[in-house]
Amino acid sequence: MRDRFHDPERVRQLAARIGRRMTRGWRIMEVCGGQTHAIVRYGIDELIPAELELIHGPGCPVCVTPIELIDRACELACTPGVRVCSFGDMLRVPGSSGDLHSARARGGRVQIVYSPLDALAVARAQPDTQIVFFAVGFETTAPATALSVARARAEGLRNFSLLVAHVRVPPALEALLDAPEAQVDGFLAAGHVCSVMGLDEYAPLCERYHVPIVATGFTPVDLLEGLLACVDQLEVGRAEVVNQYARAVASSGNRSALELIRQVFQVEDRCWRGLGSIRSSGLALRAEFAEFDAEHRFALGVPQPLPASRCWSARVLRGEVKPTACPEFGRACQPLHPLGAPMVSDEGACAAYYRYRAPGAVEASAVDG
Amino acid sequence: MADAGRVAAAVALGECPIPAASDCVQLVHGAGGEASRRLIDSLFARELGDPLLVTDRDAATFEMPSGPGQIALTTDSFVVHPLEFPGGDIGCLAVYGTVNDLAVSGARPLYLSIGFILEEGLSLATLARVVGSVGWAARACGVHVVTGDTKVVERGKGDGVYINTAGVGWLEPGRACGPSQVQPGDVLLVSGDVGRHGLAILALREGLGFETRIESDCGSVVRAVEALWERGIRPRCMRDPTRGGVVTAVVEIARSAGVEIELESLGVPVRADVRAACDVLGLDPLEMACEGRVVLWVAEAHADAALACLRELDPSAARVGRVRARAEGRGRATLRTEIGTTRWLDLPSGIATPRIC
Repeated sequence: MRDRFHDPERVRQLAARIGRRMTRGWRIMEVCGGQTHAIVRYGIDELIPAELELIHGPGCPVCVTPIELIDRACELACTPGVRVCSFGDMLRVPGSSGDLHSARARGGRVQIVYSPLDALAVARAQPDTQIVFFAVGFETTAPATALSVARARAEGLRNFSLLVAHVRVPPALEALLDAPEAQVDGFLAAGHVCSVMGLDEYAPLCERYHVPIVATGFTPVDLLEGLLACVDQLEVGRAEVVNQYARAVASSGNRSALELIRQVFQVEDRCWRGLGSIRSSGLALRAEFAEFDAEHRFALGVPQPLPASRCWSARVLRGEVKPTACPEFGRACQPLHPLGAPMVSDEGACAAYYRYRAPGAVEASAVDG
Repeated sequence: MADAGRVAAAVALGECPIPAASDCVQLVHGAGGEASRRLIDSLFARELGDPLLVTDRDAATFEMPSGPGQIALTTDSFVVHPLEFPGGDIGCLAVYGTVNDLAVSGARPLYLSIGFILEEGLSLATLARVVGSVGWAARACGVHVVTGDTKVVERGKGDGVYINTAGVGWLEPGRACGPSQVQPGDVLLVSGDVGRHGLAILALREGLGFETRIESDCGSVVRAVEALWERGIRPRCMRDPTRGGVVTAVVEIARSAGVEIELESLGVPVRADVRAACDVLGLDPLEMACEGRVVLWVAEAHADAALACLRELDPSAARVGRVRARAEGRGRATLRTEIGTTRWLDLPSGIATPRIC
């Protein structure tokens, strides 16, 4: 056995308990791409009753980054004197005319970093180059971005700026619940996001929409415990916030991280790829940090009109259909030549299905769907 | 060194003077004149230290074993960055990569050629270490470096050192092995813990500061493979799991052989620090490159003896899976996960990039 969070016996017991607890079918959405990845990688959806349907949420931050922002990043990378620093999985996400990999191949300057603080170090080391950090991610990565810009200001760095694409999870859940086609009975909230933000934002959602929300981790045992906590509530008609991931999540969140976010960012409406504009779902730099906003610093062109796509990524991101139901899944759309963003990142629902599912299932599901 | 960069920069440089005493590679080192000669004699020949190395003729000649058999020939190029990493450098990697390709084909590696493309400005001390490492690794594998070549490119047009090696080996009758010989019931073994080389390079290149230093596993598999042959154990198929790691090796063999191969996740030896780092980065150790490991398919009857033999050289060698009867359609590979479920394996889709959350 690898560790207690991957204990095959405990996994079997939990799956059996979920089965015994259920008197009817339920639809539960796991919010985070990391959870989707683990569910498919470990085949967890095959262990649970067929009547418990898992819906893959929009929780892959690189996947939901709007095409316009990717185009801007590509444009910046190809601007003389500018270097774009980005998380690695962002490089393969297609914009309207190529991704950051192709921008680099055309001579653009793109560097993979693992933290915005690494990008800050690049800025210190290359004072004659404008360093733009492509700030992508949920509330999980926002504190480090906030720290980088706070430090840049304290150090008087004039060659560091951010292209901000940070998004917030709770408004996206609210938008999903508001949609007329919403059929989600409960949520597994993203454990890492909750470890930063705490649980306070979720109670109003539970109350208003009468859905249970369980902050859940990423191992097989975590995920099954989260599902059980959700099913337990659904079966008795409760709708509360439960913390399965207590080893990492305090209900009040990480106070110093929250304070950093508050100092540097303000909430604004944000467009999500595949979902459209969602009210209050984005983080933007506050006015006092405007000089560090790449969109202010550089004269960026008007976004190109977007081409029509045959891909169903919007429906996948809304949880309406499984990736395998899309007519292009595994055919025109594969990880090496993705049509939609969820096929790009390993965290994307489509990529997770492509990597870990039987090749034969592609055809069968596509026909069924 | 035959043909030591005679053409490269001669035309462009014209009457470029010979550098009196330089501590770095200059274009003139590739021009084929006195500077090239000095570099060959004082650095390459000295550091390689191989009595069969040809430095004054255009081609090396060498003896092949007598008796029935076939010549095996392979080539590989090495562009690793950084040039030096925990556990090795580009020099030994260029030897092990080619030698291991011969060994897993069933051939006994004998001779190597080596070609260097050097970037102007490379420190001669670094070059001496890399070339010394080539010599050391070749001796460790029991192969001779018999011929070589050097070119120099302008600063900014290379990445310090690129190396190409070609290897000649001797394949005795009865030692040929490959996917076509893999049969249902065969057992899958791996000669040591996996994933370290890929992670070591990634950690260094991206400046990831782990608490423990992860060393590359780069090394020769010749001893392990020869030990098996000497004991009369005949591997049906071997593969060195380099790019794409164990997963790629297993998927490719399953497809070539038209069989179903089940990999047992818990059986694959992965060091705790490697697994922890991969967990943090969202990477799969089974997809990370190894540079000193061999994955072998052996008949069930030989499995225990083969494993015992491998463990004498590396206690972490393990039994990691088995071959099942031919599935319908093309061959495929599956993984039995840590929690007892089964999923399909596919070739990794591209460059391993850590996920952000």
